Amino acid sequence: MDWLNAIVQGTLLGGLYALFAAGLSLIFGVMRLVNIAHGDLIVLAAYLGLTVTTATGIHPLLAIVVVVPVMAAIGYVLQRGLLNQTLGDDLLPPLLVTFGLSVIIQNALLEGYTADPQKLAAGNLETASFAFGGLTLGVLPVLTFSFAIAVIWGLQWIFYCTALGRAFRAVSDNQDIAQLMGLNRRHIFGLAMALALAVTAIAGILLGIRTSFDPSGGGGRLIFGFEAVIIGGLGNLWGTLAGGVILGVAQTVGAKIDPGWQILSGHIAFLLILAVRPNGLFPRISA
Amino acid sequence: MPDPILKISGLNAHYGDFQALFGVDMQVDAGEVLAIIGANGAGKTTLMRSITGLLTNGPDQIMHKGTDIGRLRADEVALRGIAMVPEGRQLFPSLSVKENLMIGAQVLRPGPWNLKAVYQLFPILEERKDQQSTSLSGGQQQMVAIGRALMSNPELILFDEISLGLAPVIIRDIYRALPGIIGNGMSAIIVEQDISKALSVSSRVYCLQEGRVSLEDRSDTVAREDISRAYFGIE
Repeated sequence: MDWLNAIVQGTLLGGLYALFAAGLSLIFGVMRLVNIAHGDLIVLAAYLGLTVTTATGIHPLLAIVVVVPVMAAIGYVLQRGLLNQTLGDDLLPPLLVTFGLSVIIQNALLEGYTADPQKLAAGNLETASFAFGGLTLGVLPVLTFSFAIAVIWGLQWIFYCTALGRAFRAVSDNQDIAQLMGLNRRHIFGLAMALALAVTAIAGILLGIRTSFDPSGGGGRLIFGFEAVIIGGLGNLWGTLAGGVILGVAQTVGAKIDPGWQILSGHIAFLLILAVRPNGLFPRISA
Repeated sequence: MPDPILKISGLNAHYGDFQALFGVDMQVDAGEVLAIIGANGAGKTTLMRSITGLLTNGPDQIMHKGTDIGRLRADEVALRGIAMVPEGRQLFPSLSVKENLMIGAQVLRPGPWNLKAVYQLFPILEERKDQQSTSLSGGQQQMVAIGRALMSNPELILFDEISLGLAPVIIRDIYRALPGIIGNGMSAIIVEQDISKALSVSSRVYCLQEGRVSLEDRSDTVAREDISRAYFGIE
């Protein structure tokens, strides 16, 4: 039963990792941009949530309604103002620029919020739980996992059932020809980054309710996000959810064996899968 | 006399240090069908890229109805009603046939062309509408590429090497469909290796040779010797 519990808790944790990863997966899929600052943007979203909740006193979950559009706007401006200029045949400039962005965000957060760990106060939600088939499940992890499924489903719907998704896929396939069809790729990329950071906002708030965060926490989130994307296979959003779950389960099962092994066993699972399936489990696009 | 649909004057085009076009002059009037012929590397595709905005041009080198469009982005040129059927078709592989066509309608220009009209022109596409575009035969892919360009209801449509890599019987079918496409007052530029096909559907012909216009004539009266001379550059 303990093992089953570890697997179930790991699965729920995987929902959070999938939320970290979904934005990364989306922007890599649309514009082949690897965003090193993604983790720091998640932490930024958590801090924005903190500001909103302390300023207005609303519940952190309600703060999502405010932080999502703010992060989306930041994403659009960031893409049009900075990242579009780095995109080209070479993968290196966006890597370097987003790395620099990561440093800037960390230091700005340090300047604005100090290095003290912070947490979003969510009252009962932090500890509430219910019994389910002999297991005790936290309300927050279940809620997070539901958010992850809803977000992935929503992104999938946007990608395959809307004009915007069609534009995303067309630009991803062939930028020049998409431009000939009247799609301005700079605008489309801006919208993709806005969508990615909207997801990041949800991830950041849920992270902030679950655990404490500080300005230097972005790197760890980035790695978990990357690992979930790679395990699941590039360009496959449901694969990203599966990747997050595998990572989460590996961590909780590892922690069950020895608490010190939690993070390490997640990385080991990632490396094993990378060794056996270099393209991930369910790849859609070849890297 | 209204401004011509397209007036190209003294157009130069470069790829880095390499100059691909040298002072090209060309004009397309409303409803006119132009053929552009020339050997590989003569600059035909570069000319198409310049017109559609995939290459940036100098000031006043490309005028659309009296407005300089030489420095507009490709999507802005598309909004003005200039569409292209690109060489090698270049469909979007991750989009279905229907989605490829709908991408063409993204510019939201009003006009006679919509999904229904394209399906009427090429009924096979309606049967295949949910298939991936890459699963179609070359000829069917060309139909999608043509349909995709038509969906934007262009005033001027550019065909870049539509018969390249297709079976003769398919080429014949596509050329048979052309008058129905460009008959409604739409202007067209047809870039073609197959000279007799190009002459049969056009009213005027330009020949490019090493980035320069080497011949400009009426398609129905142009002499074969003149074409050979302009095409190969032999006296």
